[in-house]
Amino acid sequence: MPVRPSHSPAPTRSPAPLHLAVALDGAGWHPAAWREPGADADRLFTAGYWAALVAEAEHGLLDFVTFEDSLSLQSTDPDGPDGRTDLVRGRLDAVLVAARVAPLSRHIGLVPSVVATHTEPFHVSKALATLDYVSRGRAGLRIQISERADEVRHFGRRAAGGGATELYGEAADHVEVVRRLWDSWEDDAEIRDAATGRFVDRAKLHYIDFEGRHFSVKGPSITPRPPQGLPPVSALAADAAVYPFLARATDIGYVTARDADEARAAVAALPRTPHVFGELTVFLDEKPEAAERRLQRLDAAHGAAYTSDARVFAGTPELLADLLLEWREAGLTGFRLRPGVLAHDLPAITRGLVPELQRRGAFRQAYEASSLRGLLGLARPANRYAPGPDAPASPTAPAAA
Amino acid sequence: MSKPLKQIHLAAHFPGVNSTTVWSDPAAGSQIEFDSFVHFAQTAERAKFDFLFLAEGLRLREQGGEIYDLDVVGRPDTFTVLAALAAVTEHLGLTGTINSTFNEPYEVARQFASLDHLSGGRAAWNVVTSWDAFTGENFRRGGFLPREERYERAREFLDTAHELFDSWDGGEVLADPVSGEFLRDAGPGAFAHRGRQFDISGHFNVPRSPQGRPVVFQAGDSDEGREFAAASADAIFGRYGTLEEGRAFYADVKGRLARYGRTPDELKILPAATFVLGDTDAEARELAHEVRLKQVSGATAIKYLEHVWNRDLSGYDPDGPLPEIDPEPGENTIALGRASVRMNRDPVAVAREWRELATARGLSIRELVIETTGRQSFDGSPLTVAQAIDGLVQADAADGFILVPHLTPGGLDVFADTVVPLLQERGVFRREYDGPTLRDHLGLAAPRARALAPAHR
Repeated sequence: MPVRPSHSPAPTRSPAPLHLAVALDGAGWHPAAWREPGADADRLFTAGYWAALVAEAEHGLLDFVTFEDSLSLQSTDPDGPDGRTDLVRGRLDAVLVAARVAPLSRHIGLVPSVVATHTEPFHVSKALATLDYVSRGRAGLRIQISERADEVRHFGRRAAGGGATELYGEAADHVEVVRRLWDSWEDDAEIRDAATGRFVDRAKLHYIDFEGRHFSVKGPSITPRPPQGLPPVSALAADAAVYPFLARATDIGYVTARDADEARAAVAALPRTPHVFGELTVFLDEKPEAAERRLQRLDAAHGAAYTSDARVFAGTPELLADLLLEWREAGLTGFRLRPGVLAHDLPAITRGLVPELQRRGAFRQAYEASSLRGLLGLARPANRYAPGPDAPASPTAPAAA
Repeated sequence: MSKPLKQIHLAAHFPGVNSTTVWSDPAAGSQIEFDSFVHFAQTAERAKFDFLFLAEGLRLREQGGEIYDLDVVGRPDTFTVLAALAAVTEHLGLTGTINSTFNEPYEVARQFASLDHLSGGRAAWNVVTSWDAFTGENFRRGGFLPREERYERAREFLDTAHELFDSWDGGEVLADPVSGEFLRDAGPGAFAHRGRQFDISGHFNVPRSPQGRPVVFQAGDSDEGREFAAASADAIFGRYGTLEEGRAFYADVKGRLARYGRTPDELKILPAATFVLGDTDAEARELAHEVRLKQVSGATAIKYLEHVWNRDLSGYDPDGPLPEIDPEPGENTIALGRASVRMNRDPVAVAREWRELATARGLSIRELVIETTGRQSFDGSPLTVAQAIDGLVQADAADGFILVPHLTPGGLDVFADTVVPLLQERGVFRREYDGPTLRDHLGLAAPRARALAPAHR
């Protein structure tokens, strides 16, 4: 478990370094980002585009990147396409993008988004376990729900509606199933015992027997327990109503606090969530006025002022560092930053913000662990189905040395 | 004038959860670690193979109420491992087996379209069906599908996926920063499918991929399976690699294509085969015998027999004669989660045939299982194997083979190093890839995009 500043006797003395993630989506989070110089918008559907972004993020020693996803075309209309031709539309499956870049990176965590509402936890569990294998322990999961009516029609197998509370309840079950499946193989289940001809010790494979309101899943997984045991699960709460879901289902909660007080309230509401990250959209330039002017130019191109569920920061890396460290005092352990324009603001994070945080002793100088859990200071968890150290030894299996 | 030589297609099947794999060999590596897949895929690409093939299973196999533990257990997720392999290969096709019963068309179509984008046009889909409640217990909908509807669902699943792939024609994304048009028009991706299995509509959210649609494979030997392949597949994962059976299957399936307005080149017939190579034919045969003994232990033989007999046969001696009793009729309750491709015949008839064979040749249970479960295997010196593969292809018993070595991950290396150069010398196998996509390797034309209504252009 990471040490929370609030648990330390003197948080200002040697607070834990911040964790930093960036949220990758299209050409960036501003709707006009794709029109900016260097945005490479005609390459959004190529592997090279995503590999370059991940390489840049890894150059900046970031903890992880997230990949946004959805099961419908991006739209400003909650029920279907909005008829616009001036915005990025279309995207690739986030899990596959993460897998595609995994062999090309070495340290950075890879966290695709998955919509719990329309997916099978069995498929998601083995996909994320496999992402953990192909990345050698760097997989994470960002889980989300969908209330969109058009996504319901894309699947055609459930009634529309249900409401957010119901959908988050289902998503919490989804995560529970995913985690049980990860644990359904004990780490040493594969024995390759030529003498008895047994490839696995079937006593170390477990049915999960999950029975929930929306689905039941038998298990075990077809994929052995992933390298991290349980890859970290994360989710975004755009308002406090989602905090109970974060508390139940996540290792990292992203909260859209607008100021230090809201951040403090979020942290207080999530006392057992290992990491609570602040979520900010950022426009970074060497001068504050330049960042403001760039945001105005983007807004003019778009024809409307940019609004967001998260706080929008336009300023210098130094000012952003001030803000992040102020919010750290409120108990946040890290931040997920949404670059306004990936081509501009991602390098501004890796080459501007990161060195600034390093100068202040608030960010790593080198990758200190080889797994995402390691970077986040999370221990590799014990398997829920394996006999613990205090359990009586099985009469047929001698205790392991 | 002699007929021009047919070009052979070769694929590499990553050894999975069946008794083909000799996991006890000291040279055997992991079936899960990514390094194994990288080695295997890079060997296949070095040898200029058309594609890599992954099988699938969605529940751990059981026998007699216990998880089956005598073969390899466990495998990675198909899409995820193929996407990662796209990063460490440049040309190799990436074929994944994906079940049409326990998935939904919108999600699978976008996964394949994504894989095709991320691999630069190398994705292929082996469509399989299932109906069983046993596998269904891992999924939201459970074992919901009546057995007789499985091909109906598969066919409609594939049709629906094609409608989704074709909902973008490829020219919609302009991404023009000057004009501010990201899309040419606001309508791409529109689809509506109303059928017995699926009633879905909306907008597909992946732009048209490099191959337009992934290459489609179909496995299965039943009449329905053959018809399904003739109607909609680009390649069929055939069962028959021997001359007579192969020619009969080849003629039958290729003969069905005209009914769908297709030519014989539009469907490649690729049986699965294994191989054992030695310096001499005699050495290879001896080695092949040793491999078979490792693949089929006494315990494995009894379990295999139980699979047919649908009864507990644990009291029988694998080195003794076959049981006198008949198989238990009805739904197989003893062996669960196995592909039913091999077992689609009447078990009583199979048992009778086997008993006759064992009596006539004096075979024990284990010897009988070795005899009857061996799939097509090319055993011999590299020259013998090259001649055998070429001979079968030129004789129209196949268009090529999907090779599964018995060793993971290095089992393909010796084939790549010895047999492939001989095939190249004979002028029947490529020395370099001609194009970037799997359709290029297989000589398949780009799919025709859906004719768009004028209003949509």
